[in-house]
Amino acid sequence: MSTKKIGDVILDVKNISLRFGGVKALTDISFNVREHEIRSIIGPNGAGKSSMLNCINGVYTPSEGSITFRGKTFDHMNSRQVAEMGVARTFQNLALFKGMSVLDNIMSGRNLKIKSNLLLQALRIGPAEREEIRHREFVERIIDFLEIQAFRKTPVGQLPYGLQKRVDLGRALAMEPQVLLLDEPMAGMNVEEKQDMCRFILDVNDEFGTTIVLIEHDMGVVMDISDRVVVLDYGKKIGDGAPDEVRNNEDVIRAYLGAGH
Amino acid sequence: MHTTFPRLLQKHASERPQAPAIREKEYGIWQTRSWSDLAHLVEHIACGLHQAGLVRGEHMVVIGANRPRLYATMLAAQSLGAIPIPLYQDAAAAECVFPLNNAEVRYCLVEDQEQVDKMLEVREQYPALSHIYYDDPRGLRNYTDPGLGALDELVASGQVFAQNHPDFWREEVDKAQPDDVAAMFFTSGTTGNPKGVVHTHRALIDRAQAGASFDKLSSAEEVLAYLPPAWIGQNIFSYSQWLSCGYVVNCPESGATVAIDLREVGPTYYFAPPRVFEGLLTSVMIRMEDAGWLKRTLFHKCMAIAKRFGPDRMDGKPIGALGALQYGLGNLLIYGPLRNTLGLSRVRVAYTAGEAIGPDLFTFYRSIGINLKQLYGSTETAVFVCLQPDHEARADTVGVPCQGVEIKVADNGEILVKSPGLLKEYYKNPKATAEVLSADGWYHTSDAGFIDAHGHLKIIDRVKDVGRLKGGANDGAMFAPKYVENKLKFFPHIKEAVALGDGRDRVCVMLNIDFDAVGNWAERRNLPYAGYTDLAQKPQVYQLMLECVEKVNADLAADALLAGSQISRFLVLHKELDADDGELTRTNKVRRGYIGEKYAVLVEALYGGATEQYIETQVKFEDGRTGSVSATLKLSDAKTFAPVKTAA
Repeated sequence: MSTKKIGDVILDVKNISLRFGGVKALTDISFNVREHEIRSIIGPNGAGKSSMLNCINGVYTPSEGSITFRGKTFDHMNSRQVAEMGVARTFQNLALFKGMSVLDNIMSGRNLKIKSNLLLQALRIGPAEREEIRHREFVERIIDFLEIQAFRKTPVGQLPYGLQKRVDLGRALAMEPQVLLLDEPMAGMNVEEKQDMCRFILDVNDEFGTTIVLIEHDMGVVMDISDRVVVLDYGKKIGDGAPDEVRNNEDVIRAYLGAGH
Repeated sequence: MHTTFPRLLQKHASERPQAPAIREKEYGIWQTRSWSDLAHLVEHIACGLHQAGLVRGEHMVVIGANRPRLYATMLAAQSLGAIPIPLYQDAAAAECVFPLNNAEVRYCLVEDQEQVDKMLEVREQYPALSHIYYDDPRGLRNYTDPGLGALDELVASGQVFAQNHPDFWREEVDKAQPDDVAAMFFTSGTTGNPKGVVHTHRALIDRAQAGASFDKLSSAEEVLAYLPPAWIGQNIFSYSQWLSCGYVVNCPESGATVAIDLREVGPTYYFAPPRVFEGLLTSVMIRMEDAGWLKRTLFHKCMAIAKRFGPDRMDGKPIGALGALQYGLGNLLIYGPLRNTLGLSRVRVAYTAGEAIGPDLFTFYRSIGINLKQLYGSTETAVFVCLQPDHEARADTVGVPCQGVEIKVADNGEILVKSPGLLKEYYKNPKATAEVLSADGWYHTSDAGFIDAHGHLKIIDRVKDVGRLKGGANDGAMFAPKYVENKLKFFPHIKEAVALGDGRDRVCVMLNIDFDAVGNWAERRNLPYAGYTDLAQKPQVYQLMLECVEKVNADLAADALLAGSQISRFLVLHKELDADDGELTRTNKVRRGYIGEKYAVLVEALYGGATEQYIETQVKFEDGRTGSVSATLKLSDAKTFAPVKTAA
């Protein structure tokens, strides 16, 4: 029923290596992400998935290699610059403001888009108020999209884990990202919550055309929703391709099931 | 009375065009549509549907929650002389096939992607469904199925048509007569296929007005539309009476926000089935248990006062100066804020119906100053048959016959009704029509009951369910299963009960715990449990259930007629009874016969005297997949009491 158009390469990772002292977290990794696709990074524990995401996100500076985003190549960036370029992320261990409401948490994702200065905002003078209304409208659309209207005013800390994950996604969406990095969005969820989250990820991809880079452990989910998959093991890339190719890749099978198979 | 629903709309739109007609909360803000806006929308949808080929007398299905544009589409269909059929939004695809096929439906409007997927599934079995419109386009961008279209597009094309044919809509509306069919409602039906209940404009509007004049409803009322539109009660309260009185209907933001929206809207006229009132009370009680000592003590003190004076006050009886003072203080401190928290501060008239309501529950609401009353009616009677007048509300009656209604009790105890609101017929089912509608105009309700000394109707059970015990100590005693089940369900820890006993020597029941209430109860006692099934089988929970069962037995023993219906054995089921598994109807009534067959091993164990029984049950999830739950259930005996002999 649904057919989507996958565009050109939007994010190109070339020969990335990352060292922490003597530990090589990533070795010579290259892969690319095309516009509008869902690209998954999988691998056993400690394979370097989150490190990879942190490199793209500007949290870590790779020791070697380059990252090209929309034709612009850079070898190191800070996370604010990355965010300004339209890359948003969610976190494996939720980094929400627990005492703040759902609405305020998602509103905080609009931070980079708010132009009026602190004084104007504090006094709610003319342009600041109009701007806030505009942003609130956008945030309300996200709340509607993620079906969390009932929790608009609830402090995030009081929500069940699955809903907190949804709020985390909402805050990332508030940035109107071109690329969305999702770090284990389904970790610790029950089947129903996973299904919901899958639907939201697919809907984000479909409705807004957002490119999605996804780290996930649940193989069923990855194989179901991804367009292409990268497999890492011990910091090295061992597979790359469509879910079916990856599934039949000898190296991947060995990494997951051990050498005996 | 010579009018139809579209004419009522036109009347409001011309008499008070800017008055609010319907509100919907969207993106966090209540959006209001005036009567004139609504009339324009209806005109455009009607023109669009006409262009798409919908013809007079044809049926059109509408599926979804209470959304203004779904209401507008029903009005649009009626403007063209077509007949809207609202269907339950949570019905599975297979359940929709029969009604669509039966009514030869070609057109449907559904709310969203979920419903579109369902209609596409239905179409595989029923290809005649050629036009599927949807209200919310989310997720449907890339659907290319033939005949699928957005309501937005339909409205846009209708708008162009309306500009070129400015008189079209008015002329079409004028063609409809009050005795034309207005709508069809499928009854859930405990056995066999559902039946389409056909109602005319005259019947629905007459009943809507009878109810409105009984409670003096005006255009100033505010109503929250949150129950399924496929249910005739919802249709009466937020469609028929809405158009008859011209009040404001408010549509909540989503199913999950109803409690919040209720508080924001503050309805003045409110309807809820007993289980909603029960849910509200349970949530209040749970929160009170968690409150601090001072608040809790104050609450219980004030509630004791409310219990003493509240009901009399509601009945309009004098409560004395001291009582008035105490109640006034309680009102200031507790009842007022509580009504506000519940969203019921402004309620002038609240109704409950559909199931029996527990006396404690009923008294609770009345004692805190909410004018909660009961009514009696069904899909076939366009709801209003009996209503309780203000000051005369009782938990165990359903009120006095309202304007235009005649009631008589048949020899077998069945209640017969004559009313202007009776169904025209069951669609394409003259046999079923003849069974319920006698030639001299009496409708057979299949409810057993009687009129009490105060002229109020009292319902005991369904006629067909009233059975007899056979053999044993109480041979031949009357057995009214629902009566027993209701008494059990009035306990907050019991969610459902299924009573068995017809044709047997004694009564046994299967119980469903209320997961929230019992879960909370267990937590308070530091009783760990792994989930529903585990909690249900805890010995402590059985003890709790046993206490409830024995209280019911003591109660039943007091009534000579029903003393034989005391419960001798019971068990607690391992899974919640669910409409998706066919155990409940879509209106959440237990399907006793089906349950008896499905759990035949348990029934056997109950009567066979076993103390344990293993069972494995298939369950259906909402997405249509199936799984299974298994458990070894314990069976428990209960104490019964000798009938209390009342001195002659």
